[in-house]
Amino acid sequence: MGSTTLNILAVGRDKDILAVVERLINSHDGWAASTATSENEAEQVFKTRPFPIVLVGAGFSAQEEEALRQRLKALDPSVTVIRHYGGGSGLLENEILGILQQRK
Amino acid sequence: MSNTILHKADTRGHADHGWLSSWQSFSFAGYYNPDRVQFGMLRVLNDDKVAGGKGFGAHPHDNMEIISIPLSGSLVHEDNLGNKKVVSAGEVQVMSTGKGVFHSEYNNSPTDAAEFLQIWVFPNRLNVTPRYDQIQLDRSSEHNALQMVISPYPGVKEPLDGRKHKDKGTWIYQEAWFHLGTFDAGRDIQYDLKRTGNGVYLFVIDGNFLLDGHRLQTRDGIGITGTDTLNIKAAEQDSRILIIEVPMENKIL
Repeated sequence: MGSTTLNILAVGRDKDILAVVERLINSHDGWAASTATSENEAEQVFKTRPFPIVLVGAGFSAQEEEALRQRLKALDPSVTVIRHYGGGSGLLENEILGILQQRK
Repeated sequence: MSNTILHKADTRGHADHGWLSSWQSFSFAGYYNPDRVQFGMLRVLNDDKVAGGKGFGAHPHDNMEIISIPLSGSLVHEDNLGNKKVVSAGEVQVMSTGKGVFHSEYNNSPTDAAEFLQIWVFPNRLNVTPRYDQIQLDRSSEHNALQMVISPYPGVKEPLDGRKHKDKGTWIYQEAWFHLGTFDAGRDIQYDLKRTGNGVYLFVIDGNFLLDGHRLQTRDGIGITGTDTLNIKAAEQDSRILIIEVPMENKIL
């Protein structure tokens, strides 16, 4: 992978949905997905390399999402953590494009 | 004072996959327009045409209320909840995808195209148990009248919170109401919003309507906020409209 690869961490409790999210992200040129199914696993993966974007999906409550956001922002204040709605659907690419637009 | 945002039909996003032609009122998949991401809690309004024998293979969703309104033909729905149903023009299908569901939707005809509206609304509850429902519409009930097809509390014996209306149709996890109506030319239509602070997105399925000085034609959409009542006029015989009322901000319960 080149230096322009965008690393995206997808977090959710449903492994089957996460697998689809991972496949869809990886199918996009220049995007690379990692996944985690718990807060602790997410934090461990997050520490391995820079992740500008973290998507929080099925199974996480709004409170759990916010707690994870705080944990990850404590490690990297520039990270964007958003709720991924739709479960690897037609919104996935849109949500990432939206974040990239905002981060410009 | 009300605010309006007009989406003419030919300004929507368009994806042509051969088997699927999809006109998208809001950003979806490869179509991204930062000025058209959502209207309040209404996130997706796709106007899809699926070729005979083709369809969407098994794929997942979560935490989204998905409403399908077939306009012609029928689709075969199958999901990992054990549902296998055919949904046809004259019916409305709802999925509350909650904590996750896999489903497929195929055209039920091997030869004829099927057309349907695919509408996604952000839920006000996360990670609910997934749910499937479909209802049969009485088309005569929407002749020169608005037929409520989606509401938050159908079946509740008394209107809630002092509301004057009674909810009908099927339901979703959101303070949203959908109405369908087919009107004779010249008919005046009044729509009273059901909840203070909600906005309304009108989508013309067929024909021609007048609203606030705008002429709305087939597949045009217009979003309106900051008003309690809409006054619409049908400007062509058998004009059919879909009215989607949604909260403009989400409150996760």
